[in-house]
Amino acid sequence: MRELAWAAFGAETGTHVVGEPRDPRFRAFRQRFDATAYLEAIRRAGIRWLPRSDPDFPPLLRAIHDPPVGLFIRGGGSTELLRNAGAAIVGARSCSPYGSQVARMLGRELAAAGLVVISGLARGIDGEAHRGALEAGGLTVAVLGCGADRDYPAAHAELARRVRERGLVVSEYAPGVVPAPWRFPARNRIIAGLAAVTAVVEARERSGALITADLALEEGREVFAVPGEITSALSAGTNDLLRLGAAPLTSSKDVLDLFDLAPVAPTEAEVSAEAEAVLTALRESAAAADELARATRLEAGTIAAALTELELAGLANEAGGFFRATSIGT
Amino acid sequence: MLARTVTHALVGLDARRVEVEAHLENGVPGFSIVGLADRACQEAKHRVRSGIASAELDWPVRRITVNLAPAALRKEGSGFDLPIALAVLAASGQIPRERLREHASLGELALDGRVRPVGGVLAAAEAARGAGLTRLLCSARSAPEAALAGVDPVPLRHLAEAAAYLRGEADPEPFVARNGRRPEEALSDLADVRGQERARRALEIAAAGRHNLLFGGPPGTGKTMLARRLPGVLPPLDTADALEVTRIHSVAGLIDPGRPLITQPPFRAPHYNASVAAMVGGGPGPRPGEITLAHRGVLMLDELPEFARPALEALRQPIEDGIVAVARVGGRAIFPSRFQLVATMNLCPCGARGDAAAECSCSPQRLAAFRDKLSRALLDRFDLVVAMPRPRAHELAAPQGEASERVRARVLAARGRLGQARPEWAAEATVLLDRAVERLPLSGRGRARARRVAETIAALGGSDRVEASDVSEALAYRSPRELTFA
Repeated sequence: MRELAWAAFGAETGTHVVGEPRDPRFRAFRQRFDATAYLEAIRRAGIRWLPRSDPDFPPLLRAIHDPPVGLFIRGGGSTELLRNAGAAIVGARSCSPYGSQVARMLGRELAAAGLVVISGLARGIDGEAHRGALEAGGLTVAVLGCGADRDYPAAHAELARRVRERGLVVSEYAPGVVPAPWRFPARNRIIAGLAAVTAVVEARERSGALITADLALEEGREVFAVPGEITSALSAGTNDLLRLGAAPLTSSKDVLDLFDLAPVAPTEAEVSAEAEAVLTALRESAAAADELARATRLEAGTIAAALTELELAGLANEAGGFFRATSIGT
Repeated sequence: MLARTVTHALVGLDARRVEVEAHLENGVPGFSIVGLADRACQEAKHRVRSGIASAELDWPVRRITVNLAPAALRKEGSGFDLPIALAVLAASGQIPRERLREHASLGELALDGRVRPVGGVLAAAEAARGAGLTRLLCSARSAPEAALAGVDPVPLRHLAEAAAYLRGEADPEPFVARNGRRPEEALSDLADVRGQERARRALEIAAAGRHNLLFGGPPGTGKTMLARRLPGVLPPLDTADALEVTRIHSVAGLIDPGRPLITQPPFRAPHYNASVAAMVGGGPGPRPGEITLAHRGVLMLDELPEFARPALEALRQPIEDGIVAVARVGGRAIFPSRFQLVATMNLCPCGARGDAAAECSCSPQRLAAFRDKLSRALLDRFDLVVAMPRPRAHELAAPQGEASERVRARVLAARGRLGQARPEWAAEATVLLDRAVERLPLSGRGRARARRVAETIAALGGSDRVEASDVSEALAYRSPRELTFA
């Protein structure tokens, strides 16, 4: 139970604790700390405590050089999820439509093949990765930089709820801890630590996602980077990673090969011949509806109907008037 | 010595009968107007006096009292000048009283006695005809408008002509009804728009089904250009609608004497700094606003998020009900407002969204604030929403688009079809709509909207049966994700 006291002390003093605190106040805190009552209180809030010394504690996370003293866990999933083979998908919060499409696709395909998708619940890439995993009916773990009792960011409260249905939301911080900028890099080490593989989808030159990648590299984990346009600031970070030797990620198969998993071929929905033609054109490149009309020589109305059909079948999506295929196809 | 004549006062869009009584008595010479006359109406004294003098008629040096009855009704404007002058002339025996009573009159006087046109002549003429007065004395420039009501206008250029006519000395130049003496103003043509097939298609559907339409996209993609071409593909108004629209525009003083009857659906594009009163109507005695002037036509709101939020929210009720009730100190009026709304907007504050060559620099907070400016409830009232991304260079080399005339022919045919029985629905079409409601963020109103749009699409395709492909297409023109959630 000593780890719980450490974590609770960290929450009370607003400090980051990875071992026995040397703070003189800790002795007094230890005296009055009632671990049983504390556990009962968080249990009522639906939160479990998994200390570092517990045999169930994920071994990969224990192996990093500054593992958390334990994890506060919330959600319907079993703690075993944390020990299953997992892949982290991280990236920029303000991402491009391309980035969000790739993150969603990776999340979906990795989760469908059986990997646990680990990310940080942030806006942009993180959120898309979780959504992709949920879309595939797979399992996903969100690691927070604040207490697991909060929904941060607030805009993702609904997403967090869906993650918790079958997956987990975890944090090294005790319930009640508020998000602070310095806690996020620390949170990133847990994302990198839980995952056997980290994939960076889109990152600017000095992005938090690169911190995650660095931490993963330090721990000797595999790091993938998704190649982006060399002219886009949003790809500067990932292209840098590639130059430094990260493996390029060009399809979910690159990741799955490491785990000896086979990609699950998506069950292609029956679509009309027009929709098929539009999908073929979309797989060439993302395009506006009018460009598709030109490429396929179909009427604007037919294109519109075909695109809705593809969207409903989950084969394409739209952002800012541009349509993209959601998977590369076979 | 008393004389009476009839004129009309406007209350909203309706004309109320007003009796103008002039009484001359002995005493200290003077001139007073009673009967709740506003400032412009009080000033009639000076215009009437100068007008009569300029017409080389005699100003009675007596004590003159003019009463405008009913006294409880507030009278506004300068249209009472002519009837007051005629009543004074009749009371002083310069024109026959009996003959004057067979006429209604309306018009403003210039100091030199010329008769000037005023607003609302059509409504006044209709009221006059309703009361059995078939001859209306009015400005020559108002005569074509009055003739639309089926009365016999007596076109006047000068007060002296009125006096001569009423004395039976001279008939003014008889009025010959003619509409469209001036050629119809050429509307901008769709042929000018290259590419943008999706947006053009949406425009055609909107025209056929009278759907509200919203174009979103980065600056310079042709949103406004396309929206302005909507009137050109709308069929002309039928006679009843044309008269109704003309009456509204007459009250607002917007009638072109060369083309008194408005046969094309009106097009109104208020600037985004328009106030609530300018939009829905207002003023001391309520006057019609932009939405009423756009009745049976198109209201275009360019740069939708730039409009003040109260002005936009005020549109919601008229969009649903087709009428707007304006209550003011000077009275309450109900104006018709069955307009078609077409609007344009950027997809984000910096405008880069939808532009493949630019990177959006908006923070999530700024985006959220931008979205909050438009209530979900207002966005929900657009049946068709089309994102218009910036066309790439080669797109602009696309051949010239189809001309408005050919599109209008299809719109007309579809309107005919929609006017008949409601189309039947193929089973697969209903199934598809239900499935879409589950998978897409679609409200109950959104579902009903998609239904209506699908029926319009089927009608445009020349069919009385809604197929699944019509529903698919209808669903394609729903709010883009940028506008619905983060």
